[in-house]
Amino acid sequence: MSGASGTVTRYTEAVSKPLARVPLRTPCTVKAVNGARSVRRRLLELGLVPGTQVTVVGVSPLGDPLELEVRGSRLSIRKKEALAIEVEQ
Amino acid sequence: MKRRIALAGNPNTGKSTLFNRLTGAQARVGNYPGVTVELAQADLDLGGSAGVVEVVDVPGSYSLVARSNEEQVAIAALLGLEGAARPDLVVMCVDATNLSRNLYLVLQAQELGLNLVIALTMIDEAGKTAPDSNELSSLLRCPVVPVVARTGQGVDELVRTMAARLTESAQPILRFAPSPRLRAQIDTVRASFPAVWPSSDGLALWVLMSVDESDELLLPETVRSAAQLGLVDDASAKALDDECVHGRYAFIDKHIRVPEARTDAQQLTRKVDAVMIHPVWGFAVFLLVNLSLFQALFSWSEPAIDAVESAFAWLASTVGALLGDNLFSELITGGVIGGVGAVVVFLPQILMLFFFVGLMEDSGYMARVAYLMDRIMKAMGLHGRAFVPMLSGFACAVPAIMATRTMERQRDRLLTMMVVPLMTCSARLPVYTLIIGALYSPTAKVFGIPVQSGLMVALYLFSVLISLIAAFVLSKTLLPTVQGTALILELPPYRIPRLQDVARMMWYRARAFLTEAGTVILVASIVLWALLNFPRSEHTVSVARTETPASQQAEVLPKPEAELPATERIQHSYAAKLGKAIEPAIAPLGFDWKIGIGLIGAFAAREVFVATMGIVYSVGEDVDETSDGLRDKLRDEKRADGTPAYTPLVGLSLLIFFALACQCVSTLAVVKRETHSYRWPVFLFAYMTALAWLASFAVYQVGRALGLS
Repeated sequence: MSGASGTVTRYTEAVSKPLARVPLRTPCTVKAVNGARSVRRRLLELGLVPGTQVTVVGVSPLGDPLELEVRGSRLSIRKKEALAIEVEQ
Repeated sequence: MKRRIALAGNPNTGKSTLFNRLTGAQARVGNYPGVTVELAQADLDLGGSAGVVEVVDVPGSYSLVARSNEEQVAIAALLGLEGAARPDLVVMCVDATNLSRNLYLVLQAQELGLNLVIALTMIDEAGKTAPDSNELSSLLRCPVVPVVARTGQGVDELVRTMAARLTESAQPILRFAPSPRLRAQIDTVRASFPAVWPSSDGLALWVLMSVDESDELLLPETVRSAAQLGLVDDASAKALDDECVHGRYAFIDKHIRVPEARTDAQQLTRKVDAVMIHPVWGFAVFLLVNLSLFQALFSWSEPAIDAVESAFAWLASTVGALLGDNLFSELITGGVIGGVGAVVVFLPQILMLFFFVGLMEDSGYMARVAYLMDRIMKAMGLHGRAFVPMLSGFACAVPAIMATRTMERQRDRLLTMMVVPLMTCSARLPVYTLIIGALYSPTAKVFGIPVQSGLMVALYLFSVLISLIAAFVLSKTLLPTVQGTALILELPPYRIPRLQDVARMMWYRARAFLTEAGTVILVASIVLWALLNFPRSEHTVSVARTETPASQQAEVLPKPEAELPATERIQHSYAAKLGKAIEPAIAPLGFDWKIGIGLIGAFAAREVFVATMGIVYSVGEDVDETSDGLRDKLRDEKRADGTPAYTPLVGLSLLIFFALACQCVSTLAVVKRETHSYRWPVFLFAYMTALAWLASFAVYQVGRALGLS
């Protein structure tokens, strides 16, 4: 949970990608949350802080929103918001 | 003065169940000053020296940071700002199966120096993953009592702990060391606080995180500008958010491990969701649930509605017989009893809808509805949870508008309220049936489709289409969002709803409707009754006394040359004067002043149009939409120039008008109640009436230009 150390910053940047692009059921770790302040703040407050493990466990039948598992609970957010969450596998 | 205890916590933690268990059946719902959020309050006897205290149920929230003035209610209730009394103790419900996220709110509360007792709920669900309450208590430096709200286990212990802690006070605890930069920001904001605010770092952090360029918070200007000094740009605001949120979660993650294993409830939820949100089965269940809801509102509540109507009819005739034949008697029976009946008749559908909404909310299924429907609703700017209110709008807009409360944000609620009244409600049906039955031949077909049933289906589709377009337009213009509508939705584990909790909610809603919207509807009904029945000359009254009762008049027909007294009365009433006054405005739509009377009468409730037309055309008051007498009358009615007053084109114009106009005092009253402002009901009425007029005008004038009649 301690996150990446400073020396490997460049490497982790290379493999980080938006949560919306991660395949289903692939656990990954939050690296940064971007986007508009109010939405970003709410996502952080719900526990999506850097270092937290998050898994996309499902997609709504109509293609949006996504279903996430984070900190043992399940959250649904839209792809638009999931694009602003940078994760690494 | 009674001591106050606030009950707070994340949504889905069993907070309401605990509130109901603590306070029994005597809670009352009060509106928080100025906003639509309701706070349930009740007295609780803690026993011993603690005595009777007041318990306030604070709306469930994940964080105390607020953007709308409704979210601000949570912090105002906890800190005693804005005139509310500061609670002596806060009982924080913490879901044992979801500890780390729930503790975030606990830390925020401790930063504010609140005197906390933690009720560790869902301890039974957590099973072996449940945290040790003693360890948690020493970590958080406040009492932790495990409870199962559903069974009442641990509640006695909780009450004892509450009594013991009631007189204690707590110091603010900040779990992270602010950077020098944040420290300076906190100090600046603290210095700006009004004297009555508690001067804590926690409250300064709350202000700093809540204030931005588009919040709707009600803050003193000095506080707002002090906060903005530190938030010079987006990057510094985000850096501040990061520092606070990371600081809190760093403390949580250091001490609390998220359990690797899922609880039984979480595993069961996964299995149930394999069906409930499945691309095929999920929509099948969705359709089934919503068909049942639809059926319930339309058919299952019908016997209760009939019973209410006949009970009030019986009451009116009994009281009328007792009081004799005079003006006072008519005021009581027609005005007061009729008006109360017009209010009570909504109860079956309100109770039925909130029974369903309660089951869907408390079981966790409502969140799945939002998950399934979000894509479609989003396209129109609506919230996923708007689906149930929109569907309910087919039965009646009044309960549907009340059901918009399942949405958290005021903006989403308002948008839904503004379009729900466009749905084809059941009160429009008698009007449609009358007009279609009277003016279109049962054998007529267009492209092989029977005109009568085709028109009915078309009117339903038209209402859906128009309401979605209206939602789209309003969401782009009147109610735009700053960053679009983000959806952040928890999918809680499925739980079996407690009927007591559902019944409690049904009762709250019914009572709120009766006491607040009900009074407006009652007054409006009496006013409309008076408009339709006054003034009356002595001559009319004396004739009325000698005539047969209204129920027998229908059988006397057809005798068009002898106008009935009720007909004569209505044709000289204030409503008729109004009808004539608005005739120039409605003539371009193809309507004469007699239809004008019907439109005015329809404000009490749309179906009153049928009865009003019955009186206007001397068919008697006891007509319904399938009466041949009234249908024949409409077909035979001539204008001054001898052309038929009701042509298929006039009928179409009238149908369109009824589809679009907000002719319903009850809807306006309930929007007033839910928004606590006159602005929204006035806007609703204005835009729907304008839409109706323009559409009917277009239909009638284009139809005439095309040579139709």
